[in-house]
Amino acid sequence: MSESGKDPAAPSGIPLPQPTELSKPHWDGCRDGVLRVQRCAACSRYVFIPQPICTHCQSDQLEWVDSCGRGRVYSHTTVHRPPRPEFDVPYVVAIVELDEGWHMLTNLIDCAPESVKVDMPVEVAFQRMSDRITLPMFRPAVRPPAGDPKVEGDTK
Amino acid sequence: MMSRSPFHDVAIVGAYNTVQARTADRPEMELLLDAMRGAVASAGLEFADVDGLNVTSSVQRYHSRQAVALLGGRPCWTGVDIGIPAVIEAAFAISAGLADVVLIATAQAREYTDRVKTAPWTRPSNEFVECWGLYTAAEFALIARRHMHLYGTRPESLAEVASAIRSNGARNPAALHYGREVSPEDVLNSRMVADPFHLLDCAVTCEGGAGLVMTSVERARDLDVQPVYVHGGGIERQGMAYMAPPVWDRYGHSGRTAARKAFQQAGLTPADVDVAEFYDPFSFEIIRQLEAFEFCAEGEGGEFVMDGRIRIDGELPIVTNGGLLSFSHAGMAQLLQKPIAAVQQLRGELPPVLTVPGAKLALASNGGAGALFCDVVLLGTEQP
Repeated sequence: MSESGKDPAAPSGIPLPQPTELSKPHWDGCRDGVLRVQRCAACSRYVFIPQPICTHCQSDQLEWVDSCGRGRVYSHTTVHRPPRPEFDVPYVVAIVELDEGWHMLTNLIDCAPESVKVDMPVEVAFQRMSDRITLPMFRPAVRPPAGDPKVEGDTK
Repeated sequence: MMSRSPFHDVAIVGAYNTVQARTADRPEMELLLDAMRGAVASAGLEFADVDGLNVTSSVQRYHSRQAVALLGGRPCWTGVDIGIPAVIEAAFAISAGLADVVLIATAQAREYTDRVKTAPWTRPSNEFVECWGLYTAAEFALIARRHMHLYGTRPESLAEVASAIRSNGARNPAALHYGREVSPEDVLNSRMVADPFHLLDCAVTCEGGAGLVMTSVERARDLDVQPVYVHGGGIERQGMAYMAPPVWDRYGHSGRTAARKAFQQAGLTPADVDVAEFYDPFSFEIIRQLEAFEFCAEGEGGEFVMDGRIRIDGELPIVTNGGLLSFSHAGMAQLLQKPIAAVQQLRGELPPVLTVPGAKLALASNGGAGALFCDVVLLGTEQP
C-alpha cells in the first residue's frame, strides 16, 4: 500500500478499485477467494452493487453472504478500442447473472472472445492484482450450473 | 382527462449552436459567450430582457451565478439542471412566474486532450466499472447485445440507423461530418470498437456550444420570431450512470415513463410525432427508444428502422441535424442540442434538404439505457 493509503495500480497499470467502507467486505472476500454479496434478511433478495439498505424492500437488514460464484453470461461485448492503453485488446466485458439471481459486471477469461455466447455457464476465477485487490473475473464453467443437466459436458 | 399542463403557457423563442469542431481553437469562455449572445439574438431579444439564467461549461465549470454577474448583478432566477431537464426546469420557472425570459447556454472546449485514451466523458472511474475496461461504448453494447439475443436484432439494422443519421449530417453544413456520406456497408466495414458497435455506430467527439431562450407564450406573441411551444415533458432517472450493471430487464425500457407522461400532458400519441430528435450516442439507442417510447412494439425496433422509414424523406425522420453521430458531441452541449434541433426543424431553419415539409410536432430525448437516465420533451408549432 502506498503512503496515501491508496492501492497502486496493478503492475499492468490497470486502474484498481479503491474499496469504501461499504464495499470493503466484497473486496476482502475476493482477496480471500470468496465472492461476497449483500442479501436482505427481510425479503431474502440480493443487492449488488453494495448499498446501505435493501433496494427491493428498503429494510436495513442487509447481510453479507457467500455466493456460489457460478452463473451464466447475461450479456457480453468484446472491446477492441480500450478506454485507456493499459488494457490489452481484445478483451471480453460481460454481465454475469449469478445462480442466486443477481448480476455483476466482470471480464471473461480463458476463452476465445468469438466463443462467448449469452447463457453460457461461467464460474468465478479470482485474479490477484495486488496485495489488496483480487478481481472476480469469470471463465467458462467446468461444472454445469445447478438444475440444468442438458449442458453437462458442454463447456468447451 | 388531466388538467391543463402549465408547460402549455411556455414557448421556446431562441435556439442557437456555435461552431462545432473537433478542436474549435477557441477558448471555452468565448464559445460560451457566443452561445449566450447567439441564442438571445435568435429570439429577437437583448440581454436586458433576460431575468433567468442556466449557464454552464464543462472544463472551466462556469455556472449560472457567475453568469448573473455578467448581466450586472441584476436579480435573476437561476437553474441548475442540464439538457432537456434544464428546459423543463425553466418551463416550471416561467409558468410559475419566477422568471419571464430564461437563457440556457453551455459550452465545452479542450476537455478531450489525451487522445491515447477515449474521451473523458466516456470513462467512469468507480470501483465496480473501471477495472473491467468498461466505458460508455461497452455499456451501451451490453444493452444492444441482450436485445439482439432476445429479438434477433441484426447488425444491418444498427448500420441502417447510423447511415440514416450520418446522411443527415452529411447534408448539414454546420455538422462536424458535413459532406461525409456513410452507407450501411461503410458502417459494417468500419473497425470494431466494442461489438456490436463499429466505429461509425459511435458518437463523434467535438467542441462547441449551444444556447436556447424560453419565455411565456404571452410574451412570445410580441416577439418577431416563430415560437415553438412546449407540449409536454418527462424526466426519468434509475440510478447513477455507469455503476450498476446495465441489465436489460431493468433498464431496457428507460424513458418509457418519461415519454408516457410527456404524451399524456400533450394529449397526443407517438403516431402524432412528425420528427424524432432522439439522443443518439450509439446507433442501437434509436432502436431501443423507438420501443421504449412505444413507436413500435417490443423487439420490433430493428425492423422498424429498415426500408428508409427513419430517413429524412421517410415516415418518421429522426435526428435531422446529424446528431451525436455526425453533427456534434460537445461535453454537455449535445444534450441541449436535441431540443435545439427540434426547434430549428420546426422553424424551417435547417437546410431545405433536411427540412421535413409540414412538420408540426417534434420529440427530443436525452440519455439512454446504458446511462440509466432518459428524458423526453415534446415541442410543436401550435400552442396546445
